[in-house]
Amino acid sequence: MKTERDVDAPVVELRAIAKRFPGVVANDHIDLVVRRGEVHAIVGENGAGKSTLMKILYGMQPPDEGTILVDGADVRFKSPRDAIAVGIGMVHQHFMLADNLTVLENVVLGSEPRRGLLLDTGAARRRIVELADTYGMDIDPDELVETLSVGERQRVEILKVLYRGARILILDEPTAVLVPHEVEDLFTSLADLKAQGVTVIFISHKLDEVLRIADSITVIRAGRTVGTAVPAETTARQLAEMMVGSELPTPETRGSTVTDVVELELSGVSLIDAGRTVIDDVSFRVRRGEVVGIAGVEGNGQTELVDIILGLTRPTSGTLALAGHDITDEPTRERRHDGIGYIPADRQRYGLLLPSPLWENSMLGHQDTAPFARGFWINRHGARERTATIMAEYDVRSPGVDTPAHALSGGNQQKLIVGREMSAAPQLLVAGHPTRGIDVGAQAAVWEQLRTARGNGLAVLLVSADLEELIGLSDTLLVMYRGRIVAQLDPAAVTPQELGAHMTGAAA
Amino acid sequence: MNRARLRRIGLSLLAPVAAFIFAVGISSLALWASGNDPWTAWSEMLGYANDTKRVISIVNRAVPLYLSALAVGFAFKMNLFNIGVEGQYQLAAVLAASAGAAVDLPAPLHVLFILIIAMGVGAGWAGIAGVLKAYRGVHEVISTIMLNAIVTSGLLAYLLSSYLRDESETSIIKTPPIPESGLMPSLNSWLDRLGVDVSPGSDLQGFVLVAMLIGLAFYVVVWRTRFGYDLRASGVNPWAAQASGVSPKGMILRTMLVSGALAGLVGMPQLLGFFGRYHQDFPTGLGFGGIAVALLGRNNPIGMAIGALLFGFLSASAQILDLNDIPKEIIDIMQATILLSVVVSYEVVRRMVAASEIRAAAEATEGMATQPARTAVLEGEKP
Repeated sequence: MKTERDVDAPVVELRAIAKRFPGVVANDHIDLVVRRGEVHAIVGENGAGKSTLMKILYGMQPPDEGTILVDGADVRFKSPRDAIAVGIGMVHQHFMLADNLTVLENVVLGSEPRRGLLLDTGAARRRIVELADTYGMDIDPDELVETLSVGERQRVEILKVLYRGARILILDEPTAVLVPHEVEDLFTSLADLKAQGVTVIFISHKLDEVLRIADSITVIRAGRTVGTAVPAETTARQLAEMMVGSELPTPETRGSTVTDVVELELSGVSLIDAGRTVIDDVSFRVRRGEVVGIAGVEGNGQTELVDIILGLTRPTSGTLALAGHDITDEPTRERRHDGIGYIPADRQRYGLLLPSPLWENSMLGHQDTAPFARGFWINRHGARERTATIMAEYDVRSPGVDTPAHALSGGNQQKLIVGREMSAAPQLLVAGHPTRGIDVGAQAAVWEQLRTARGNGLAVLLVSADLEELIGLSDTLLVMYRGRIVAQLDPAAVTPQELGAHMTGAAA
Repeated sequence: MNRARLRRIGLSLLAPVAAFIFAVGISSLALWASGNDPWTAWSEMLGYANDTKRVISIVNRAVPLYLSALAVGFAFKMNLFNIGVEGQYQLAAVLAASAGAAVDLPAPLHVLFILIIAMGVGAGWAGIAGVLKAYRGVHEVISTIMLNAIVTSGLLAYLLSSYLRDESETSIIKTPPIPESGLMPSLNSWLDRLGVDVSPGSDLQGFVLVAMLIGLAFYVVVWRTRFGYDLRASGVNPWAAQASGVSPKGMILRTMLVSGALAGLVGMPQLLGFFGRYHQDFPTGLGFGGIAVALLGRNNPIGMAIGALLFGFLSASAQILDLNDIPKEIIDIMQATILLSVVVSYEVVRRMVAASEIRAAAEATEGMATQPARTAVLEGEKP
């Protein structure tokens, strides 16, 4: 699918970049060739290794192996400073701007033109106006950043990078935070940048956008380059298939345990946050004995959906019912009492008290029920005994129940959380990536525990990025895209093309 | 109690001891540089606590500091910084003094009545900061500093001179006296019975017992109750606490109310055991002293008791330096250095303990890699 073009040496070339983190290979010998003056899109699922690759290219992390060539010359970056020196600039997804400073001050911050000891405002303004004119960006250098819209802030970020002399611009999921008309403005700016000879590396998983704006596309999956494409010769469906992989795991053959009793029901739930619709009219049911899997690229509303079910966020509209009674206005504590178990996707932030001993961690979320509490009091003895039981049954390896949670490895922390939630015998389990970061053996054990509990009538809402987990465990598969449930699929019959197309919005 | 636990306790004692030695060193330098003999100063101070009267003076000074530290430490347990103890206790003292003078009740009830008023006023004043934080996101440091300013630079003087002043007194502005039934008896008769000879004019305040009881209650509530668990969980990780069912708003409010109620008691030992009424010379600065003691004692009731006694000793023994023409400001230097160095040494010890725990856990999991956890802890996400 790759076409040859007659251009000089590629402006950026990555050869066999490898980067390992403990337990994970983030980049497994990735190759990337970006030609001068093109918009080059890098697409892949969350966790595919895009961000790590870009951090390496921007000098934020050194690669374990491989070479980086800029304009054909071998370079080695110790820090982003080195990357900026050869003309590479990055615009992060989350802006790094000082709200109480003006556009001009933000742009020059850290590389201020000076006259003596003073800021040379005149020179800075001339330079910024010149840049804004050249690249067709409409912006007032004296406006305060706090008064700008998100799209305008992004333009300030781009300007900041150009001001430092970047010729190669990395944009990390630039459209994720934008409303549709701002996306149009961004694309106009990108066209102008390209016309002026700037190379743009555009990271995204929104295939329709990528096909519109990119000149060439590199697809990454599970830390490897799986292919390159040019938009003219490819379709969103083909790209989606490359992203997701051509083979999906087959679900285990097993009897359905789904009952007719509805445990959780969401009706017309929406969440509007600061003008953006984060959850858009979501309705679904989870029945006893059923695992409902939520598939979707991260950031399409799954986190907010889980927060709403737990009562951490109030929906703007819509209702929730648990086992037939309305819980829309119930606080989190009552919901946990009603029997909602929770395995958070970000275990250290939402699931653990890192400096506290394990026995205090194993009562988190159950601190006012037996055996952890007795009336008004904490039952230390009961809590310690239950913790020891959890450690034995769920293979949590620790010197004892008094060891603080931070001393445990990630896998053991996760096993403690799974054990804590499962041993409380919940009615509904809300699980985000329940096996992320734990070894294969433990993963199989957790899956088996979930299946057994499901067999005993547990309702499970499973949010995961791991397709094997989703397809292997789910009875019903829902796909979330831009805050909506866009598809309900049968995990036994779904094809990778279908799933990929729904997840990326490529299925119209 | 196993070896690891002993080691941990040993390490946590190491921090304040090291800080104290360092502070003595710095203060000696300051003494030497100002032309005084450090040796004389230290031996004078150490020799200070040589009779019952002086020991009683140290304890009496320590009690309000301890109560103040408990108030600050309680809020600290959920990472709330109640700087407003100063204003809370002063306002509580003046209102409780007036209320106590206005009613006539049998002895134990009268004292109880005054204490309840004081705790209520303290809780109410701190509650303003709590409401502002919970519902308007105003940082409690800012609001409590401002509430302090309102009390000390205006409200107190206004209340005193306009409403609460004893009209029969013309020279000094003070509230009417609290009847005998509202005062806290001293513990001298108990000391007598124990065979301790107390010279006249020196009273061991009855509030010592109250402070000990409150210290015990502090421990029980924070470490043994469900409320205390929620409190500590919110302090350690507010997001996880919320997901576990703790309402952040409710927790902020309740914590500020309890902290304020404790703060309301800070002026009570002096009011009910010494002055018997509020007047212009009522002690100030106890709220800030309490912050120092809470830091020194790591919000632990025993640690704070030791810290309060140390600060009580330092301020009492400053008197003797004065008699020997040694500038007593050296005590301020010493208190400040203790605080600064204790903060540093606690952090050093925290890292040492964290590293040893990670090693122990790694051994238990047969040498599994725990590098990421280790880095996270050592690079100090604040516990």
